[in-house]
Amino acid sequence: MDSECSRLLPALCAVLADPRQPVTDDTCLEKLLDWFKTVAEAESSLLLLQENPCLVELLSHTLKSQDMSARVLSFSLRLAGIFAAQENCFQYLQQGELMLGLFGEAGPVGLPAWSVPSVRSGWIQGLCSLAQHPSAEQFLVDCGAVDTLFSLQGDSSLFVASAASQLLAQALSLSLQGRDTPQLGSQDSDWPSCARSIVGHLEEALRSRATPQVTQALKVLTTTFGRCHHPWTQALWMQLSPLVTCLLEKDPIPAAHSVADLFLTMARSPVFASSDCDLWVMLVRTLSRLSPTQAGPLALGVCKLHVCPLALRTQAFDVLLQPMACILEAAAQPPGPSDLLDGTRGSSSMADTLLASTSSCAGLLCQSLAHLGELQPLSHSPRPWPQAPLLEATLATLRFCNGSAVPLSSVGVRLCGILAGCVRVQRAALDFLAALSQGTGSPDLVMKVSAVLLEYLRSPDSSPMVLKKAFQATLQWLLTTSQAGGSCDPSPHSQPFIGELFPVMQKRLCSPCWEVRDSALEFLTHLTAHWGGQPGFRQALLASDAPELAKQLLRDPEGYVRASAVAAMGQLAARGLHASSAHPEQPGAQQKHLLPELMDILSSDSEGFPRRAVMQVFTAWLRDGHAEVAQDPERFMAGVFQVVGQDLDWEVRLQGLELAGVFLAQVLGPPACPYAAAPPTAAPSVQLAEVLRALGRVRVLEFAFHTLFDCDRPVARKSCDLLLLLRARTAPDSRLQGAGRCPDTAAVEATLQAWQEGKQGQPLGELGPEVVVAVLWMLDLEGLQATLAESSDHVEQSPQSLLQDMLATAAALDDHEADCY
Amino acid sequence: MLDCGLDMTSTLNFLPLPLVQSPRLSNLPGWSLKDGNAFLDKELKECSGHVFVDSVPEFCLPETELIDLSTVDVILISNYHCMMALPYITEHTGFTGTVYATEPTVQIGRLLMEELVNFIERVPKAQSASLWKNKDIQRLLPSPLKDAVEVSTWRRCYTMQEVNSALSKIQLVGYSQKIELFGAVQVTPLSSGYALGSSNWIIQSHYEKVSYVSGSSLLTTHPQPMDQASLKNSDVLILTGLTQIPTANPDGMVGEFCSNLALTVRNGGNVLVPCYPSGVIYDLLECLYQYIDSAGLSNVPFYFISPVANSSLEFSQIFAEWLCHNKQTKVYLPEPPFPHAELIQTNKLKHYPSIHGDFSNDFRQPCVVFTGHPSLRFGDVVHFMELWGKSSLNTVIFTEPDFSYLEALAPYQPLAMKCIYCPIDTRLNFIQVSKLLKEVQPLHVVCPEQYTQPPPTQSHRMDLMIDCQPPAMSYRRAEVLALPFKRRYEKIEIMPELADSLVPMEIKPGISLATVSAVLHTKDNKHILQPPPRPSQPTSGKKRKRVSDDIPDCKAVKPLLSGAIPVEQFVQTLEKHGFSDIKVEDTAKGHIVLLQEAETLIQIEEDSTHIICDNDEMLRVRLRDLVLKFLQKF
Repeated sequence: MDSECSRLLPALCAVLADPRQPVTDDTCLEKLLDWFKTVAEAESSLLLLQENPCLVELLSHTLKSQDMSARVLSFSLRLAGIFAAQENCFQYLQQGELMLGLFGEAGPVGLPAWSVPSVRSGWIQGLCSLAQHPSAEQFLVDCGAVDTLFSLQGDSSLFVASAASQLLAQALSLSLQGRDTPQLGSQDSDWPSCARSIVGHLEEALRSRATPQVTQALKVLTTTFGRCHHPWTQALWMQLSPLVTCLLEKDPIPAAHSVADLFLTMARSPVFASSDCDLWVMLVRTLSRLSPTQAGPLALGVCKLHVCPLALRTQAFDVLLQPMACILEAAAQPPGPSDLLDGTRGSSSMADTLLASTSSCAGLLCQSLAHLGELQPLSHSPRPWPQAPLLEATLATLRFCNGSAVPLSSVGVRLCGILAGCVRVQRAALDFLAALSQGTGSPDLVMKVSAVLLEYLRSPDSSPMVLKKAFQATLQWLLTTSQAGGSCDPSPHSQPFIGELFPVMQKRLCSPCWEVRDSALEFLTHLTAHWGGQPGFRQALLASDAPELAKQLLRDPEGYVRASAVAAMGQLAARGLHASSAHPEQPGAQQKHLLPELMDILSSDSEGFPRRAVMQVFTAWLRDGHAEVAQDPERFMAGVFQVVGQDLDWEVRLQGLELAGVFLAQVLGPPACPYAAAPPTAAPSVQLAEVLRALGRVRVLEFAFHTLFDCDRPVARKSCDLLLLLRARTAPDSRLQGAGRCPDTAAVEATLQAWQEGKQGQPLGELGPEVVVAVLWMLDLEGLQATLAESSDHVEQSPQSLLQDMLATAAALDDHEADCY
Repeated sequence: MLDCGLDMTSTLNFLPLPLVQSPRLSNLPGWSLKDGNAFLDKELKECSGHVFVDSVPEFCLPETELIDLSTVDVILISNYHCMMALPYITEHTGFTGTVYATEPTVQIGRLLMEELVNFIERVPKAQSASLWKNKDIQRLLPSPLKDAVEVSTWRRCYTMQEVNSALSKIQLVGYSQKIELFGAVQVTPLSSGYALGSSNWIIQSHYEKVSYVSGSSLLTTHPQPMDQASLKNSDVLILTGLTQIPTANPDGMVGEFCSNLALTVRNGGNVLVPCYPSGVIYDLLECLYQYIDSAGLSNVPFYFISPVANSSLEFSQIFAEWLCHNKQTKVYLPEPPFPHAELIQTNKLKHYPSIHGDFSNDFRQPCVVFTGHPSLRFGDVVHFMELWGKSSLNTVIFTEPDFSYLEALAPYQPLAMKCIYCPIDTRLNFIQVSKLLKEVQPLHVVCPEQYTQPPPTQSHRMDLMIDCQPPAMSYRRAEVLALPFKRRYEKIEIMPELADSLVPMEIKPGISLATVSAVLHTKDNKHILQPPPRPSQPTSGKKRKRVSDDIPDCKAVKPLLSGAIPVEQFVQTLEKHGFSDIKVEDTAKGHIVLLQEAETLIQIEEDSTHIICDNDEMLRVRLRDLVLKFLQKF
């Protein structure tokens, strides 16, 4: 701890101990604790306490004071825990009876403040911090903390209850640490007293008929097995497994989610995975006993296990497939459903759950679709991924939801009624349909997918979110089918599909709902990005009104839509596709008008998103050598930077620097290869001077210097990086460096100084090449870069600042008190 | 009588009435029978394979055969669409009762009728076809004419005079107003959320409640929201007027409407929207108000053409108390509740009584025209169909769900213009009905048969039918249905002086009884208990009493008994009083106490006790007194 902090600490402790000066800001105390934790990790806590007796005084005062605020009491308990984490410091505090006073039965447990949840939480966190060494183990038993923790497991505050369970798990681990499994026999006397007490409590809770108590016990076990992979955990399980087995006998299984969590945690532990314990048998049993909704997460967990018996993995996989199998069966048309479950049909309990109500049906299907979506990319599937039946089932689900299914079975008819118009399921199914595009599909199935997606894209009933998902799924499928064909072109099967997409897209671009217009524009942008160069696509696009409609949306009242329209038009223009259908042969005729229109948006749009989008388009255009920009890049850049320099949106300025970077790279040429055998050759000085002049003309330099002192740190950092890059390229040229401290340089330096001080209005002087190089070398860019790399509030975050702030706040409160007189 | 709507789908069988001479329609070939007989060719014309009646359109009236409408006392009107047959009933059936409706219903209903009369009357047609209605001839006609029902009852449109006379019989009511009908029942209109002034009705007596739910909406559109709470505790809920297009979500349809409108206009085409002059048009105009700027349609003119366009737009702005909360608050700002006022001010929306006159000077294309009639058989819409039908750039967008758009378009075939079907029906769909019924929990639901089964074209859609417990009672055309409740109680008022004289006796905690001797006076279905007249003085002469004096004599009233006879104690008492040889037998209903010696039976049952002894009145009275000891008297 530095001396300044040591100096401030007594005053702060006095403030904290003074009940007349209540600490109103919890975050200060949290920051203070973080700082003490850092200090305690770095140096000896004992030394810290000895050098700063005010800290022990504060803790002692906590014990004595009756009117200590709950905040400070909680803080003191947590602080004591942090210090007592080191055994010698624990003993030091113990000598003064401080520990027992703070955490024993005579401590806050009996005070009225105990009713405040933050005090109970502080008490637990203090104990959590200190429960690190053997002395602590005994202390937990002696001070009666374990018994208190048992009762706190059922605390009304969920945070307190959860922390109590975690501390019990920690205490159990602490107690059994370092003991060999053979030492832990089945006799109670073989176990250390702390562990004996906790295990006894767990046994009692597991026998209880009250589900909350069973849940609490299972949580402690889950935490224990999750954190600790020592062999003694196996002995613990041997002792408790009969009770857990009993739970599985009950109908329904109490605390089913907690049982599933426990088994999954155990299955992930090497202790149980490699042993011949009954875990796998119990998992098999549990999977078959849980309701479909409860079994889903457990089955997913099992499928994700790296080590797991194949039979169990297969069973879990089947559990996840069951709802889809049911759907497939319900939607089956002669000659019967496709085979999803290796011959087995959807279970009756599954059908019951699906048919019980809309909410249970939607819940189960959404869960199943999400789980299968997570499972698809995993490689260790127990069986070949049932791509085709799953596709069929997903399509059937989507048809049930939009009412286009014509089921023959009674279950299907009822599902039709239950799922009609269910947006939740539609979203989940479309997500999964998009995920399924990663697999293959027969041409027939792909046609079916296209048909259903078109139904959704056309339907007036598709909600904006469903429509967005439908667009995403469509794009994924188009990509997959084109990749499957081995080329970038849309596959021959997709060509008619794309042809049908344009009328839909046109209509969606005219939707009164802005989210729909936005999604349609995004879709158009993606389509163009992928297939803008393909003749078939170009023909279909140019024959439609989509480019014209997208252009119209540059003036949309909604900022997000304008931004998407900018991106879409940028992409269309990059491909020479932004001409209207009336002039497909003369794209250039309209091309001229887009740049001024985008410039107009950049300079006058009231919202940031469209302006950012314009900058992104410009950057892409410059990078790709778009014709309009390539004709006269300097004029283009000058126009852009005249506007961007004034922009109030930091992301627009940041994007401006990105554009400047691209321009810089283009005018400077490719950098020398760092691995080249020969030393880098400098650009000829004449050429470099010309480059610097050009940068000055297009206002890039002025913009870069200006943003170097930008109030938004990311902008300043980017600018710094850009100038460092420029400086590196000027380094070898000694002739240009010769400007030294000429009067022009001094003027520029003065201006930069003024800018740094916040006087932004001052103009930058003449920026000749020599002056630029001189200024670049004169500025401490590395130092600035290091400063900017720090978090923006690193000064305010220093402990010294924190202590001063807290003291100042207390003083201000004093002042207010004085004012009262 | 609950509502009196007019079935206008009958007009679809007729040729359109063009405003200006249409060579195409005049030159349609006459229809002849298969055997070449052309005697009907003056009455029936053929157009693209369909046969139409070339005559003034006729309407199908409500059922008049089942009951004598002159005996109807009251007609309750739900909304302005459900009163279009009123002149036929009030003016031609001998109806002398009262019609109840809210003010907006009457005013807008008048506009609808006025528009209808105007549409028909301004294109007088000399020809009136009736030959085809002959049953023997009708059989020979192609569908749908062959299948048309009750064609002989179809009537021409009423006149304005009849409209005015019919409307004069309407009594205006306000929401939640209780109207007493002959003392028998009370009727109350409640907001149904569907249209300006639209109502559901509660018909209730003191102990029974029937709700009539017709044309209701739970969507947030312009009218006051539906009052659901007042429908609770109904014995019977009669449910009708659900959405005609249960698969079409109004929000999606409005989106579809806007998109298609924008696409057409952008391509230089015109949009025709056949519509009624009130109702959904207000919401469409509001939606377009928000949409036209974003869609770049600010310069496209919107025309609303109807003989009542001006009145409709203005009426909508003055019925503030009948509007939804948002619109009501605007009135206090003060701002017009509907934004179409601003559209009119900024010249974006222009309205005209007809295509003649100012409209022809202002007409500019491309444009959007809202006009009637949605059946496409009369009104200005006929002109626009003829004008724009040949170009594929133009679009007709159907928003009213009352008519099949394919049938409406039939006499215009072949048609090049695009047709979009966006039915916007804000009335309850089956999901909303099911929620409503769960909320309101009526004991019984009565509804048309069509609502109790999925639509014939989507027989697997079990969600498109009413699902409630107990299952809804359904009815079909001309079926007589007994509502599933009986009137078991009547409320009787007790006059204060009579009530004063009562001496209640508590027989159980909280339950007191008193005997009442009074005269029940019943008049206009009200029952009043009045004190009995004082005992009449003995008449001196032998003059016969007048009938009016013939009131019942008040005899000495025997006390009423209550309680149960404990058999064991009763037997002990009998023994104490000297009866011996007593035998008790248990029966299904109670006990029989047998006094063998006295040859007497005492039958003790739950609600009666009989003493059976032969000609020994003394014994009977003795036994009776012993029985009475165990009972309470009051």
